[in-house]
Amino acid sequence: MDAVIWSRLQFAMTAAYHWLFVPLTLGLAMAMAIMETLYVVKKDEYWKKAAQFWMKLFAINFAVGIATGIILEFEFGTNWSNYSWFVGDIFGAPLAIEGILAFFMEATFFAVMFFGWEKVSKRFHLISTWLTGIGASISAFWILVANGWMQNPVGTTFNPDTVRSEMASAEAFFDVISNPVAVSKFFHSVTSGWVTGGVFVVAVSCWYLWRGRNVQFAKKSIFVGGFVGLLGTFAVMLSGDISGVHAAEYQPMKLAAMEGLEDGGRRAPFSIVPGVEIPGMLSILATHDLNGYVPGINDIINGYTDNDGNIIPSVAQKMEMGRTALDALAQYRSLKDTDPAAAAVAREVLDANVQYMGYGYLESPEDVIPPVGIVYWSFRFMVGFGMLIALILVLTLWFNYKGKLPQMKWLLLAAMACIPFVYVCEEAGWIVAEVGRQPWTIQGLLPVNVAISDTSIGEVMTTFFVFLSVFALFLVIEIRIMINAIKKGPSVE
Amino acid sequence: MSYTFLQNYWWCLIALLGGLLVFLMFVQGANVHLINGRLSDLQKRMVANSTGRKWELAFTTLVTFGGAFFASFPLFYSTSFGGAYWVWMLLLLTFVFQAVAYEFLHKKENILGVKGFRIALVANGFLAPFLVGTAVGTFFTGSPFTVNKTAIMDLSSPVISTWDSPWRGLEALAQGHAVLLGLALVGLTVILGALYLIINIDDTETETQMRRTIKITAVPFLVIFLTWLGILLCREGFAVNELGVVSMEKYKYLHNLIQMPEVLVMFLVGVVGVLLGIWKGALTKSRCGIWFGGIGTVLVVMAVFFIAGFNGTSYYPSNTDLQSSLTIVNSSSSRFTLQVMSIVSLLIPFVLAYIVYAWRQMDKKKITEDEIAQSEHKY
Repeated sequence: MDAVIWSRLQFAMTAAYHWLFVPLTLGLAMAMAIMETLYVVKKDEYWKKAAQFWMKLFAINFAVGIATGIILEFEFGTNWSNYSWFVGDIFGAPLAIEGILAFFMEATFFAVMFFGWEKVSKRFHLISTWLTGIGASISAFWILVANGWMQNPVGTTFNPDTVRSEMASAEAFFDVISNPVAVSKFFHSVTSGWVTGGVFVVAVSCWYLWRGRNVQFAKKSIFVGGFVGLLGTFAVMLSGDISGVHAAEYQPMKLAAMEGLEDGGRRAPFSIVPGVEIPGMLSILATHDLNGYVPGINDIINGYTDNDGNIIPSVAQKMEMGRTALDALAQYRSLKDTDPAAAAVAREVLDANVQYMGYGYLESPEDVIPPVGIVYWSFRFMVGFGMLIALILVLTLWFNYKGKLPQMKWLLLAAMACIPFVYVCEEAGWIVAEVGRQPWTIQGLLPVNVAISDTSIGEVMTTFFVFLSVFALFLVIEIRIMINAIKKGPSVE
Repeated sequence: MSYTFLQNYWWCLIALLGGLLVFLMFVQGANVHLINGRLSDLQKRMVANSTGRKWELAFTTLVTFGGAFFASFPLFYSTSFGGAYWVWMLLLLTFVFQAVAYEFLHKKENILGVKGFRIALVANGFLAPFLVGTAVGTFFTGSPFTVNKTAIMDLSSPVISTWDSPWRGLEALAQGHAVLLGLALVGLTVILGALYLIINIDDTETETQMRRTIKITAVPFLVIFLTWLGILLCREGFAVNELGVVSMEKYKYLHNLIQMPEVLVMFLVGVVGVLLGIWKGALTKSRCGIWFGGIGTVLVVMAVFFIAGFNGTSYYPSNTDLQSSLTIVNSSSSRFTLQVMSIVSLLIPFVLAYIVYAWRQMDKKKITEDEIAQSEHKY
């Protein structure tokens, strides 16, 4: 394995680990803010105690989420320095805005929320609790704007003088923040956090019912957690559907990998599992049209005509144009100071082919195929477990409403099992999104092997294993503390 | 808004964020007192709870400082972070441990024990200001790197910024002048931390200990800082002409101070502020030394950044390939990016306002032994 692979492993490990904590932050913030609102509106101390209990668990989780977020920011520079320069102009802006607008909000109001019960007014405390969650969501928005741009790089032009992608105009910034991929990704990710938070509240509450303790607290919490979880589930399904359409439009190879679709066409089938298909379903999901054309892996490699009648070149042709662009870039840079006329000609050639410049780095057309098996099965795990969670949440809420839940041991067990299920969904979703776009760091513009830093295998391996050890230690501690806090339970029955 | 104005404006914002970061590192400085043998266990817990309510601001400022540097001067981000690998990774690890340490500190399930996470906080307390200070110190001594943008067309070796030392940033520890700034920053943050604890904790013994610490730390801090300053004003600097050509200039940084009198005034006012803070903390009964020391710190750090980057100076010079040196002009983002971010930056006063409001609300009641003994919500 080379330094590129180790850098990818390190980043993937950090991102996957970070995403163990963020969704719970987003979802629990929502649940406890609702509980505190009930306390303030109904003037019922019970809800205050309930909110404080969930807040305690929130704080344990929040710290590790913050600690791992900063690692990702640093790794952009330490392990992906070419990337940092190539896209700093666009990618850096959302990151900086995230810091200014979101992180300070989270940091400031988290402190008020956690320590301020006896120090600030009831209303200011409630606002602080909501602002902590809103800050986390705003933070998610900006980082997903950055990530969405990597999946669908809008509003950018390549500048051969600076050798980087730059914002095309001040107005282009609005293209970046209204990028359809970023918007659907934001809703999909944040609402998946609501599912995680909701599931967590429901599952922990079901454990209390299982043990026959804190019964009233558990029943009340299940209503709030179930509501947040179900709301999130519906929103995740809706935004997931939109994400599928976007994948078809902007990242057809990712969609083909998700479906293991070798050869596409109209009325394309949707694969449930290998050998079990629903005819025409993929066309409906991807294009919202039964007769919509969905390209398969081979079509993308060999070239095809899309639903708007555009002829999409084969990957070999794109590679040729990419190499032409790279050669023209080299010519332009060597001639611009000595022979402006020849440089202008080279610039024209570059501009005509720059769209495919990233393909110039590929060695063979098959390089554009991501690991199909991983993407295919991750997608199925995400959808399958997601639907199972939705069903269990509906049943739990219903039987809790009917007052029969404490006696239904199988349902309590199923609800508790939703905690590992929801984390499988969360991680699988990101594997689909990120592995599915390989080999690109930025879709079509910059492959991973060019985005790298000048680091050695030994250096990256060392930090990889250091982080692995640190993450393992933190996870063990976090789970031990969390379990103990849950066992101790809330201060109300 | 011209491109030049935007580049300068963003260097000012970077300087401001740098200044605020060093000020907020009073958190790190205060945590150093967790190994102060004269403080009881309860007093140490008060210290951790006091800094535990502010650490996220310092942490967030660090993240924003990094993000702003990434966005406005991406070539610095890619060159320095990708090159000085070990320095940034070490800094990162200390902050990662700090971020979880508060939540884990007094939980019996934390495996490493109270002592383990106290050591993590103390390590961050020493190392974070030292590494940040030494890294900023290299703004004046130079670092071993080469920038070659044409490399991106080389399919076998496409990396633009390469580091010319196998020590990956640790070679800065051999640069005495840069190390002096690192040590000075450790001293400064320890003093700021003590000043902060004086105003935030209502405990006579802790206050006495903090005033004693300031007295002990002030002299070595001032000696180290003035030595660093003296060397800075006498050394050759990295000058940039209008064509962007970098050359060495004798007394460059002294010239910068003389040629930018407003920066000189800012620097001197800042130094006076820090001295006033030290005086109030060490020799009076006043509790408000942190404000003098804090504002003074922000001004001094901003002035240092201005000396490093303005008046035709390379702020991140290369000492292996002079023409690879980074300047505000050759390392910045495009005009449109800076323009958009400048509009967003107008929200900074609003952000500062709500931080100050929330901070005042929280600090109306000082931390006491009773609170730590009785409150459920504590670290």
